[in-house]
Amino acid sequence: MPSFVITEKCDGCKAGDKTACQYICPHDLMILNRDTMKAYNQEPEQCWECFNCVKICPQQAVEVRGYSDFVPLGSQTIPLRGSDNIMWTIKFRSGLTKRFKFPIRTTVEGSVDPYAGKPEPDFATIKKPGFFNTPARTE
Amino acid sequence: MEKETCTFSYCKKPDVTEVECDLLIMGGGMAGCGAAFEACRWANAKKMTVVMVDKAATDRSGAVAMGLSAINTYVGENKVADYVKYVRNDLMGIIREDLVFDLGRHVDDSVQCFEEWGLPIWKKGDDGFSMDGHQAIAAGKKSLKDGGTPVRTGKWQIMINGESYKVVVAEAAKKALETNRAATGMAQNHYERVFIVKAVMDKNGKNVAAAIGFSTRENKIYSFKAKAMLCATAGAVNCFRPRSVGEGMGRTWYPVFCAGSGYAFGMQAGAELTLMENRFVPARFKDGYGPVGAWFLFFKAKATDSYGEDYCTNKEYFDDAIARYGDYAKNLGTAIRNHLMMRAMRDGKGPILMQTPSALEIISKNMKEKLGEKEGAKQVKHLEAEAWEDFLDMAIGQASLWAACNIEPDKVASEIMPTEPYLLGSHAGCAGFWVSGPGDLPGTPEHYTWGYNRMTTVPGLFMAGDVVGASGHKFSSGSHAEGRMAAKAALAYILDNAGYKPDPKLTLDEIAAELYLPFEIYEKYKTYTTDPVINPNYIGPKALQARLMKIADEYFGGCSTWYMTSKTMLEEGLRKLDMLKEDCNKMAAKDLHELLRCFENYHRILSVEAHARHILFREESRYPGYYYRGDFNKIDDANWKCFTNSVYHADSNTWEFKKVPYVQMYP
Repeated sequence: MPSFVITEKCDGCKAGDKTACQYICPHDLMILNRDTMKAYNQEPEQCWECFNCVKICPQQAVEVRGYSDFVPLGSQTIPLRGSDNIMWTIKFRSGLTKRFKFPIRTTVEGSVDPYAGKPEPDFATIKKPGFFNTPARTE
Repeated sequence: MEKETCTFSYCKKPDVTEVECDLLIMGGGMAGCGAAFEACRWANAKKMTVVMVDKAATDRSGAVAMGLSAINTYVGENKVADYVKYVRNDLMGIIREDLVFDLGRHVDDSVQCFEEWGLPIWKKGDDGFSMDGHQAIAAGKKSLKDGGTPVRTGKWQIMINGESYKVVVAEAAKKALETNRAATGMAQNHYERVFIVKAVMDKNGKNVAAAIGFSTRENKIYSFKAKAMLCATAGAVNCFRPRSVGEGMGRTWYPVFCAGSGYAFGMQAGAELTLMENRFVPARFKDGYGPVGAWFLFFKAKATDSYGEDYCTNKEYFDDAIARYGDYAKNLGTAIRNHLMMRAMRDGKGPILMQTPSALEIISKNMKEKLGEKEGAKQVKHLEAEAWEDFLDMAIGQASLWAACNIEPDKVASEIMPTEPYLLGSHAGCAGFWVSGPGDLPGTPEHYTWGYNRMTTVPGLFMAGDVVGASGHKFSSGSHAEGRMAAKAALAYILDNAGYKPDPKLTLDEIAAELYLPFEIYEKYKTYTTDPVINPNYIGPKALQARLMKIADEYFGGCSTWYMTSKTMLEEGLRKLDMLKEDCNKMAAKDLHELLRCFENYHRILSVEAHARHILFREESRYPGYYYRGDFNKIDDANWKCFTNSVYHADSNTWEFKKVPYVQMYP
């Protein structure tokens, strides 16, 4: 279902150096209207519904409305992504509401040190199986 | 028709930046991130420069952009040779067993790295129930590396809390690139929002000297000159007319942004392709395309026709499948299960239903018997959350669709449906390039190896992930591992060819003119009509895609013919496709977004042409349930148990085809 931007909530990411939704959309869909300073989805029929614009928006101004060609009206899927968990609120057309909380990572964002505790490469093995840090398994 | 050229008489000439490096990585998905992680460690020691280019933001680019709920390839306690057997079975007997074995012996280290970097991986609790990644750590469960027990849903899959899978993997890749900047003094080596359009050959006639592309954010063109290149971009999606043609067109099963750019890049460089006739048609929850794997494997749900019959056990269908497809049908691989489902649908027995209520009822009963009423109910609730997480981690729209339709899986069964076709080489498909294997495995035939692992037939051009042919079922972890393997081999190639200086055939001015031609055409003609959308002088990106989808769907075995095609249909479709290809000289773009879409769709057109010509060459139906040759509707091992390889000559717009022997290396 394509993302949409709530007029009242969107501030065009005035505080930031770039619009968050425009920065993150994998398909180059979100765009800032320079006249209104509000973002919008410029090609709704190309939206994969990855929710990355919804998750990243600092104003919670982006939501998603079901694909108009097969999704009945009346449901809502709202994520709230924190530093180590994500909370989902799913509202059914019938009004039934379900809430879920799932882990998203076990380390602090930005703390990854990719080569920590890993050996330097051995160039004698560059044409052999295995990676710089470990040999390939044999059996 | 008159050929259009760009002289910058109408559109403004962009800045052109030339970037020189040792290794260029194209694509920032799982394979690209794996490549950056491995490459920088080796490169730093020799002060070699590594550059990664991504058309999106690497945190959320590629097939894992939304997240994933499982890692489908973790060998762990299993045997690598059994992994080869499983992949061979699912891909109807023809795979490069050297590539698949090589992947299987490497993949686990990538998964263990993911866990170390922060990906939560489910573990088996002492009571036999699953614990999510946080609970496992809190309970002191060991990491995979230290012998922890993952939660398996099938022999090769492990469950994860994968909402931020790509964010975590990207963080490691970006940090790795940062170390390479520190080691080499390079100011920038990670380019986001730069779209690579094509390969420019070297004046020596052999190498690819440059990869050229443009920024989708500013009027800037890039030429990346590199001693070796690694193409790690995705397969091709939205080539065939999808089942949903309104807004739902975007709800593709594989990401809608996979444009076949890697196929196009290698084809334009003259790299040999293999098994491009292969495709994947997943059977998924209808419309939302949510995953069915957890329901089948974890909850043991059954799929039936609307009369409650398991179509896989229908004697008439099964006997017919055996008659046509022989022993391959007996193994009930993904293609054959699709085929049997389609038989039931063609007989009007649809909709096909995933029987979620009966599966959950059995689970609930067992839990309550085992744990008592209260504890049992708690576990059932936990399981329900796991089922929803399966959607919310990787196909959020499916959760929304169920909510909008008031579908509670314990009360109502859900429709499943075969999707439109997808071209890819890392999931359950194997369309891609013919690459060199590692060469050290016993029984490797000579024609599988030519020096550097994962190098194409073009020297210095390497592939990883979706664009490597004949070795599917790598999935996310395998693509990361393959990126690492290819990057390491590419660096070995660079060290062996240290004297090579790329010398592109095209000047920077010629490159700029070629890439901005759609702007020139748009600006030249846009005022001829009162609405620039309808103009006889050019074709816009949406029209390109619509024409491609219609041709592919109607002639090359899309949904509208129930995946049926034939020599006569393919030939007619190819005639129409040739005209579409010619019309690409008149592509028009009003802004950078449309310029991106124009070239993405051009890449799709080339990918589909390769696909159709390969289907035409292979005179049998090797992949029933994915596509059928109505004129050869059987598997013909005597003539076709072989690879089908092709080379596209871009200069003359001609194709060469040949059969290449398949060799079984493992029992």
